[in-house]
Amino acid sequence: MSIDNQSKQLVLRTDALTKQVTTGEQQLTILHDINLQIMSGDAVAIIGASGSGKSTLLGLLAGLDLPTSGKVHLNSVDIFALDEDDRAALRGKIMGFVFQSFQLLPALTALENVMLPLELARTPDAETPAKRLLERVGLGQRLNHYPKQLSGGEQQRVAIARAFATNPRLLLADEPTGNLDSANGTQIIELMFELNREHGTTLVLVTHDEALSRRCSRQIRLVDGRLIH
Amino acid sequence: MYQIKLPFQMMYRDWRAGELNVLLLALIIAVSGMVTVGFFAERVELALARESNQLLGADLLLISSKPIPEQFAEEANQLNLKISWLTKFPSMISNGEGNLLTQIKAVTEGYPLRGRVHLSKRSPGGSVSQPQLQTANGIPPRGTIWIDEKVMTQLELQRGDIVDVGAAQLTVTELIAREPDHSVGFINMGARAMINADDLEATGLIQEGSRASYQMLIAGEIDSVKQFRDWAKKRLANYQRLEGIRDARPEIKAALQRAEKFLSLTALASVVLAAAAIALAVRRFTQRHLDGCAVMRSLGASQNQLLFLYLVYFIGFGLIASGIGCLIGFGAQQALTHWLTDIVETDLPWPSGLPVLQGLLIGLVLLLGFALPPVLNLRSVPALRVLRRDVGLSNFHSIAGYLLGLVALSLLFIWKAQDLKLGLYVVIGFAAAIVIFGCLGWLLIGILASIRHQAGGAWRYGLASIRRRSVSSILQAVALGLGLMALLILTLIQDDLVKDWHASLPPEAPNHFLVNIQADQLQPLQEFFQHHAMEQPAMAPMVRGRLVQINGKKVSTKNYSDDLHAERHIRREFNLSWTSELSLDNQIVQGAWWQGDNIEPELSIEEGIAATIRVKLGDVLTFDIAGSHFTAKITSIRKVDWDTFRVNFFVLVPPGLLENYSASYITSFYVPPSDLAVIHDLVRAFPNILVVDVALVIRQVQQMIQQVSQAIEFVFVFTVLAGFAVLYAAIAATQDERIQEAAIFRALGAKREQLSRAWAAEFAILGGLAGLFASAGATAMGFAIGKHILHLEYTFNPWIWVVGISTGVIGVLIAGLLGTRSALSTPPLLTLRKLG
Repeated sequence: MSIDNQSKQLVLRTDALTKQVTTGEQQLTILHDINLQIMSGDAVAIIGASGSGKSTLLGLLAGLDLPTSGKVHLNSVDIFALDEDDRAALRGKIMGFVFQSFQLLPALTALENVMLPLELARTPDAETPAKRLLERVGLGQRLNHYPKQLSGGEQQRVAIARAFATNPRLLLADEPTGNLDSANGTQIIELMFELNREHGTTLVLVTHDEALSRRCSRQIRLVDGRLIH
Repeated sequence: MYQIKLPFQMMYRDWRAGELNVLLLALIIAVSGMVTVGFFAERVELALARESNQLLGADLLLISSKPIPEQFAEEANQLNLKISWLTKFPSMISNGEGNLLTQIKAVTEGYPLRGRVHLSKRSPGGSVSQPQLQTANGIPPRGTIWIDEKVMTQLELQRGDIVDVGAAQLTVTELIAREPDHSVGFINMGARAMINADDLEATGLIQEGSRASYQMLIAGEIDSVKQFRDWAKKRLANYQRLEGIRDARPEIKAALQRAEKFLSLTALASVVLAAAAIALAVRRFTQRHLDGCAVMRSLGASQNQLLFLYLVYFIGFGLIASGIGCLIGFGAQQALTHWLTDIVETDLPWPSGLPVLQGLLIGLVLLLGFALPPVLNLRSVPALRVLRRDVGLSNFHSIAGYLLGLVALSLLFIWKAQDLKLGLYVVIGFAAAIVIFGCLGWLLIGILASIRHQAGGAWRYGLASIRRRSVSSILQAVALGLGLMALLILTLIQDDLVKDWHASLPPEAPNHFLVNIQADQLQPLQEFFQHHAMEQPAMAPMVRGRLVQINGKKVSTKNYSDDLHAERHIRREFNLSWTSELSLDNQIVQGAWWQGDNIEPELSIEEGIAATIRVKLGDVLTFDIAGSHFTAKITSIRKVDWDTFRVNFFVLVPPGLLENYSASYITSFYVPPSDLAVIHDLVRAFPNILVVDVALVIRQVQQMIQQVSQAIEFVFVFTVLAGFAVLYAAIAATQDERIQEAAIFRALGAKREQLSRAWAAEFAILGGLAGLFASAGATAMGFAIGKHILHLEYTFNPWIWVVGISTGVIGVLIAGLLGTRSALSTPPLLTLRKLG
């Protein structure tokens, strides 16, 4: 646990976060007593072997899943004290996501995919910022292409543009380069960090990618669901 | 405003991406099928009613035994209805040498409002076989009289002769061949003549207390006529009554009702099919939207936001799809009408907008019924699905969706069938079918899967696929089975219905009735038929009696003052007849037909009249026959098939009870249009016998049968189309899974041919199951509907099993292989990369 800069604000804090699941008759603890703090502007990589609980932790930090015990404070708000809808509203307001499998809606064009979070937030003109972001990620010429007409790297760039559309304070990424070759992966990493700087976003990402984790200001390692400092 | 825009944007995007094809197709077919039938049935009904009204001469008659008060005419004028007046009374016509008691009809300008008076251009003594008919232009001018064949023959009149009618002297100018008259029945069928109402006063025949029938003829827009009818009904005195065609001609009513029932059944079958397609399509829709909803949840959409989004989305989509369905339905019925007009030369009246409203409603009910619970449940998709794809939704809402959909469908059925019994039969039938098919499917799939190790390669794989997708497979087999069942039932019943109609009204159905035949004329009449080489028709005896007591209590018209129809029967005389054999068009519904020697007097009564005069089995009725009383107990109640045009009686007794009363005889027989001279000879030879010509009515009913048979075939096209929609939906339901499966198999080295053979085996098994279900269901339901609703003699048809199963196998196989072509041709890498 470290506080690099006293001027930074605390964005995310977990208190004894624990997640257990029951498979058959066995109870499996995926996360043990996780305590961590993430400050604004940080770029944090959660690393660990397969099955160490990285994605589960990310899901809990985003409020996408419920813990067995423990708390997550986002901007001092105990997110599990909120109901699912309030958590969704909080996500819409301050979080952005990038997923390993991109999670673009196949029926929507690149532009429409980026417009979607803005439309959900009832932004009157969703198109202008969405176009600007797609141009920023180098897809200005491919606005009206469907996901299936785009390469993997291009799809992930659309996903990144979408993640930044609502100008989030916290960007969560789950293996963002996991489905990409190394050249595309590098480009995506560059793009994400550039945007992170431009928008002053706090970045939390789960990765296997050593190159990617080295670019982060902090690495948090999980071994069998425990945090190794 | 913006909130409304988003769902429509989403809908547009989904449509563009082809996500809505199956749903759209299913809804359009359901709505267009219903709307076509709705429009068409309405137009046929209107046309039939209007044509039938030609028999009445109007859309509605107000009949009174006293002059009709002005207020009725004023109301009719206010409603923009056409009216005309008619006074009917018996009087002697004399030509100085002889007299003849004639039914005189004094008419005003405009008569008849519907139909035409046909005049014969034949001169007396000319050839009768080919009478030249001409439509009368207007009514008899003042000072003239138009007479019928009987008056002309009996008084040996020529055109230009002058006759005395009361105090007036009128010139004979025309010979009436045919005229509209509501009482084309067994009464008032003597000699007839028509005069101008302006001459009525000059005859001096109509005075206070005269035995005259005053009639006001009303015609115009259907709604206005109905409005007038409702208005007038409340103001009728006990000597006044209203009569429309349905009151006057039970045989037309019966045939029409049956036709309507069948047409709506046909349309409903396409709705059942479309509902099955919608249910399948909604399942696919929700599955394909799970990811999208999870992403939207992770992007901050609240449950309420998603709920609103999909609610507006589906209502909007339902309205748009139903709207397209309505347009297609309207176009289709126009085409149908055009096509039929060529066949039957009938000008169909313009329909109302009601079917469009019904269409929109049906579309929404079907879509929302089946789609709302599962689609609205999309809002509960865990956002975690964006990280873990195995997180999904419970099946609970899908099941709730099917239940709500079925309830909606059932209500729709009962409403549209306009017949609670038919609606319930179909609803219960289909509900039972779903449960039985589902359980059987589960059982059969289990058995087949357990023996799959003994099967060859493709079959083994096909069976394994069916078992792995067991819920989907059962759903598909049930949906396909229901669809095929609806098609088979319709084919079965349609065939029986048309056959039954033709059987009950063959081309040589009796078209002439002879009434008032005296006992001593039976022998000469037989000789007459022999002489003219005609078949001997059966003579039915008839005794007229007034009902005076029920169970020993005096019967008075006052007891029936709330029911004009019943009151009329009480006031009139009943025709009583006797027979030992029950004729084929009669069926005992309560009690038993007499056998052997009867000890105490008994009688059998028709069920409709029994209900009207409120009597039941075991009641004792007393009739006054020419001054003496005849008492008998009701030992059976009969259902009479009125649309056969054979002689039938409300009241029948066993032989040996009425023979002592003075009886006349009645018969019916067929005369080809080319042999009408026989009737002329008959009128001359037996002047007292009344000849009733029902050829016009018969022709109308036959024409209607032809029209409806053609319409049924046309509407059937929609049902078949709906069947294809189910097939399409069923195949599309597993499309995504198959694409993935194909990618994995092909990556593992399977050839396209191997995969397509395995799928072919799966489709053949699925089709076979559906065919088996459909044949069993159709046999059971066809029997129930045919027997209990349409009252047909249902014939068991073993071919239905062969046709059902082979159609199932071949149809699903072909559609399945065509539908999965793209799954086979998608490059595996593309699919695998998408799977991530």
